[in-house]
Amino acid sequence: MVPRHNGQGRHHVISHRRFVWLCLLPLAVVTAAFFLLPMARLVVTGAEGPRGLAGYLAILVEPRYRATLINTVLLAAATTVVTLIVATIAGMFLQRHRFPGRSVLIAMLTFPLAFPGVVVGFMIILLAGRQGLIGDVSNHLFGEKLVFAYSIYGLFLGYLYFSIPRVILTIMAAVQKLDRGLEEAARSLGASPWAVQRDVVLPALAPAFVASGAIAFATAMGAFGTAFTLATNIDVLPMLIYTEFTLAANFATSAALSVGLGLVTWLILALARSFSGSAVAAAG
Amino acid sequence: MRDRLIFASQLVFTLLVAAFLVVPAGLSIVAGVTVNYFRGIQSGVTLQWVAQVWELYAGTIALSFLIAFATLAVTLLAGVPAAYALHVRGGRLSRAIEELITLPLAIPGLAIALALLLTYGGFSEFRRSWLFILVGHVVFTMPFMVRSVMAVFGTLDIRTLDEGAASLGASPWRRFRDVIVPNAVPGILAGSLMVVTLSLGEFNLTWMLHTPLTKTLPIGLADSYASMRLEVASAYTLIFFIMIIPLLVAMQMFADREQAR
Repeated sequence: MVPRHNGQGRHHVISHRRFVWLCLLPLAVVTAAFFLLPMARLVVTGAEGPRGLAGYLAILVEPRYRATLINTVLLAAATTVVTLIVATIAGMFLQRHRFPGRSVLIAMLTFPLAFPGVVVGFMIILLAGRQGLIGDVSNHLFGEKLVFAYSIYGLFLGYLYFSIPRVILTIMAAVQKLDRGLEEAARSLGASPWAVQRDVVLPALAPAFVASGAIAFATAMGAFGTAFTLATNIDVLPMLIYTEFTLAANFATSAALSVGLGLVTWLILALARSFSGSAVAAAG
Repeated sequence: MRDRLIFASQLVFTLLVAAFLVVPAGLSIVAGVTVNYFRGIQSGVTLQWVAQVWELYAGTIALSFLIAFATLAVTLLAGVPAAYALHVRGGRLSRAIEELITLPLAIPGLAIALALLLTYGGFSEFRRSWLFILVGHVVFTMPFMVRSVMAVFGTLDIRTLDEGAASLGASPWRRFRDVIVPNAVPGILAGSLMVVTLSLGEFNLTWMLHTPLTKTLPIGLADSYASMRLEVASAYTLIFFIMIIPLLVAMQMFADREQAR
């Protein structure tokens, strides 16, 4: 009885290992064929332009590309900072207070989560476009129609629209985990409410700021749908890649630029993850 | 008194943020059923724009659902066994593989689409079919399925379950089918909701991969935003909302249940 059981157990161990490998096979095939191979091809194509490997430096050396890169980084940074401020004020408030209508308010703040970038772009057109609400109101008040949807300010507003729901959720989860005892202690030691916020609450939220800020930043760097809907001549990196590829048929440059963009967004998210310790992914 | 002032100002601020998010969505819903948006809702309420969208774009909606469910099928078939294997194996290699398949989340869709075009754009039969879009959606959504299933395995003692069934003489395949998969159902459902929602709304990849004959719903949306009157674009967006909001609500309910557990 005992030896037979042993033998059977060993048999199972071996075939089980094989079974586990078999389980990985479909994913391995899909990933190799449709992700690794194409990515390798993209990297190679980036060096196949007239400049060769130096094509990868064009993003930094060529003045037009460099200006676009700076533009994109500034826009993404502004989006991140403003989103974090807005989401922290609103998220902290919603997590710390209970009042009628609170859950409706939370639902209103998070329902745009599944909107694709194109839809967000359309929301901005309805707000700040030619027939937009802001233009109507400003026309009534000052006799002048304010229209800015199709500029970089419209894009900025679009990225805020996109990022606020995501960041609010992260901040609310982080506030919930805060140890209120620390705040009580600081207050009982005579700290002012502002000092408690500055020295106790905000430092404790730092990992959440880093994680959600990185997502907002990486998304704003790489998002394409919103910019595409608002205008094809907004000067940001994804639009540049798109026009280089489709209008100029400049495959090597667009490949090099998108490898550069991918590296930047990946690095930001990887750094944020090693800092905050939780999984971080871009969206959009 | 001071506390109430702080409370009131925070409430007003939060309400303003909510208005920023909700008002344009409301405007789009109103515009989609207004006879003439420029003259306002007084011009009358109509479903003619919704009907026009249906006439022009019903094909995009059907194709979007086809691609979303095909993406779901592929991510289930490849993702669930892989999540099991990665969890059971553990170790460095598994973490590296997990890292690798998560990479598409950190890379802009535009870059992945360019890579696919440069590699497979020459296979014109494949390039022209909806399968080309499917491939992009699979790469983009796979990490959500694998991670969501792995998260459930993390909370269960899957090894003990597996070994228990093995000691009863069940083959690896039967254990997988009868023990592992039933236990992973919450993760599979959560992952499936994510995959379908993301696929239905995917634009960045799809815009590069589509052809005039393979337009999905978000492609049609972009098309209507660029070339149709505001009322038609709004009616189309309204249809998209109606499709996506039940999925969102289901996802939220899932998240709440997970939190309650």
